Amino acid sequence: MPSFLNIRQIVDFAILPLMNVAVALLISGLVVLFVGQNPLEAVGYLVSGALGSGEGIGFTLYFATSFMFTGLAVAVASHAGLFTIGAEGQAYLGGLGIALVCLALDKFVPWYVTLVPAAAAGMLFGAAWAFIPAYLQARRGSHLVITTIMFNFIASSVMIYVLVNLIKEPGSMAPQTRLFDAGGLVPKLGEILPVNIGTAPLNVSLFIAIMAAIFVWVLIWKTKLGFEIRATGANPAAARNAGISYVKITIVCMLISGALAGLAGVNILMGDLGKLQLDFPAGIGLVGVAVALMGRGHPVGIAVASVLFGVLYQGGAEISFWMPNVTRELIMLIQGLVILFAGALSLMFRSSVYSLVDLFRFSKREA
Amino acid sequence: MQEFLTTIVLLLSSTLRLSVPLVLCGLAGLFSERSGVWDIGLEGKMLFAAFAAAAAAYQFDSAWIGLVFAILVAVLLSLVHGFASVTHQGNQIISGVAINFISSGLTVLLAVGWFALGGRTPQLQPAARFPTVVLPFAEEMRSVPVVGAIYADLISGYNILVYVAFAAVPVTWWVFHHTRFGLRLRAVGENPAAVDTAGISVDWLRYRALLCGAILCGIAGAYLSVAQSAGFVREMSAGKGYMALAALIFAKWRPVPVLFACLLFGFLEALSIRFQAFDFGLGPALSTQIVQSLPYVLTVVLLAGFMGRAIPPKAGGIPYTKER
Repeated sequence: MPSFLNIRQIVDFAILPLMNVAVALLISGLVVLFVGQNPLEAVGYLVSGALGSGEGIGFTLYFATSFMFTGLAVAVASHAGLFTIGAEGQAYLGGLGIALVCLALDKFVPWYVTLVPAAAAGMLFGAAWAFIPAYLQARRGSHLVITTIMFNFIASSVMIYVLVNLIKEPGSMAPQTRLFDAGGLVPKLGEILPVNIGTAPLNVSLFIAIMAAIFVWVLIWKTKLGFEIRATGANPAAARNAGISYVKITIVCMLISGALAGLAGVNILMGDLGKLQLDFPAGIGLVGVAVALMGRGHPVGIAVASVLFGVLYQGGAEISFWMPNVTRELIMLIQGLVILFAGALSLMFRSSVYSLVDLFRFSKREA
Repeated sequence: MQEFLTTIVLLLSSTLRLSVPLVLCGLAGLFSERSGVWDIGLEGKMLFAAFAAAAAAYQFDSAWIGLVFAILVAVLLSLVHGFASVTHQGNQIISGVAINFISSGLTVLLAVGWFALGGRTPQLQPAARFPTVVLPFAEEMRSVPVVGAIYADLISGYNILVYVAFAAVPVTWWVFHHTRFGLRLRAVGENPAAVDTAGISVDWLRYRALLCGAILCGIAGAYLSVAQSAGFVREMSAGKGYMALAALIFAKWRPVPVLFACLLFGFLEALSIRFQAFDFGLGPALSTQIVQSLPYVLTVVLLAGFMGRAIPPKAGGIPYTKER
């Protein structure tokens, strides 16, 4: 019954995510009401702030670019049945690799020469930071969730040490590197395309993110490795019996995941900050978890979810600007609720919507 | 000699103070994880409990009412966790991550909405906090050499929640190993099907385990905001819930070792606070960062099986589906 299958797919990929967001927004609206503010006013600022101007859209897509990298990172691992929370630490370490290349080259070559080795270094550092948890999961059976959480904390300690003691700008009090020269900065889209995005830091990394999404789609659905990854995710025992190495798949998947997370630094460091500073990922790794869950691991879904979270981030800033009693933390709440409904409670709505769809189907047939 | 003793006593008493939230959260995690439900949400439950405690203690001018609200909030969050991961068989880790997000967001949102102090709650008056308990004869004993200082400064002189936390360890051990509930709880984390066959509800047992954990998390939160400090500050749990999780693994999911793991991690924290720049041959900065990340590194090493094997409860993380 192919037509019936399609209905269920529509439910899975469109209706359920929309319901999840709607419920999350509804509950958040109630909270806003609860602290004595007008939720409709907040929604107005959210939409107009994120989508009402070229600059707003630029900021929204800038945030979305970062979330795409970490969301894809989480998704690649999830196809092999691996749940990773490590994208945060991997992005952080990836930023170190990117910054080192930028600091070495930015005075001598133009940005498009720096970009390739910088991105490669970001991927390498991110992948390296993912390697130990991956190896421990594959070989010694240590729980990946726990080890990646621990590695996020260790990453933060490592980076404090590196920033404060090794690569801090001499004479500066703040734990950050010197500003990159022009050779370490990728152009903003407003500079190279006829678009008006004001001061928004949206930059060419957006195209890298789109390429990464296409890469993930090809990898997971069009290659032998991708088939092995999905087979391992669906049933590790059966995959092993079919001659697929669990160790290889786990490690390769996590290396790709770490490399994707490591790329996020290109967007943030070379596209916006122009330097490496303490805690620059600021939670994008965790947003990646929400994005991957909402996008159901598919690059298109991840792109849509990234833009949605971009809207929340940019619009959330706007809300807290106009409504001082509603803080930016509102987006943390919405994020948490999306994770709860799209991730942990996904089965709750699914069965009820399915039975609703079934009801339709049967009543149609009877008619 | 006297000075050395004072330093040691101060260091150890600071260790005890810093271990309290770890011990409470570690035991909370023990309850739920031994029943087969992973609990990444310890951090969020403690954070929200801390906010509830401070807000209620301020509103009612009573630390005890603060404690009650802290426990209530932690119970509510645990019920959300249970609803998602036990009743609806959702992914326990994702549910825990969601709880952490919701707590981080909601605490600040409510704090700003209600108190408008940039995410803090108002400073609590001494009456709205837990007072220091001075054990009998502490002052009289002070003149006795060595023992006096240890009794007066290391054993006496904390607020009541510190004693509650350390009393919770033997109580938990007793519940786990000498009650029917404890036996069933351990069984349901290893082989829920067997427990189900015996006619005991797996879900209800797991819910009860989560509730026990919630009470402990609530106390931990109240300790942070109403006993240790005088009010709530945003993100005041500062990763302690994750560190408790690490301690739980380090203790291989057993009650008494949880105490020692938490004391070890508390000691490391006390060390890094007391000797801001200390040095064991690698330069002060590197040494500080090593000490601060040591709990996490140790946990990873232990998980890797290089220091004995940490074997989690067998049914941990797997939602139980009753056979049809």
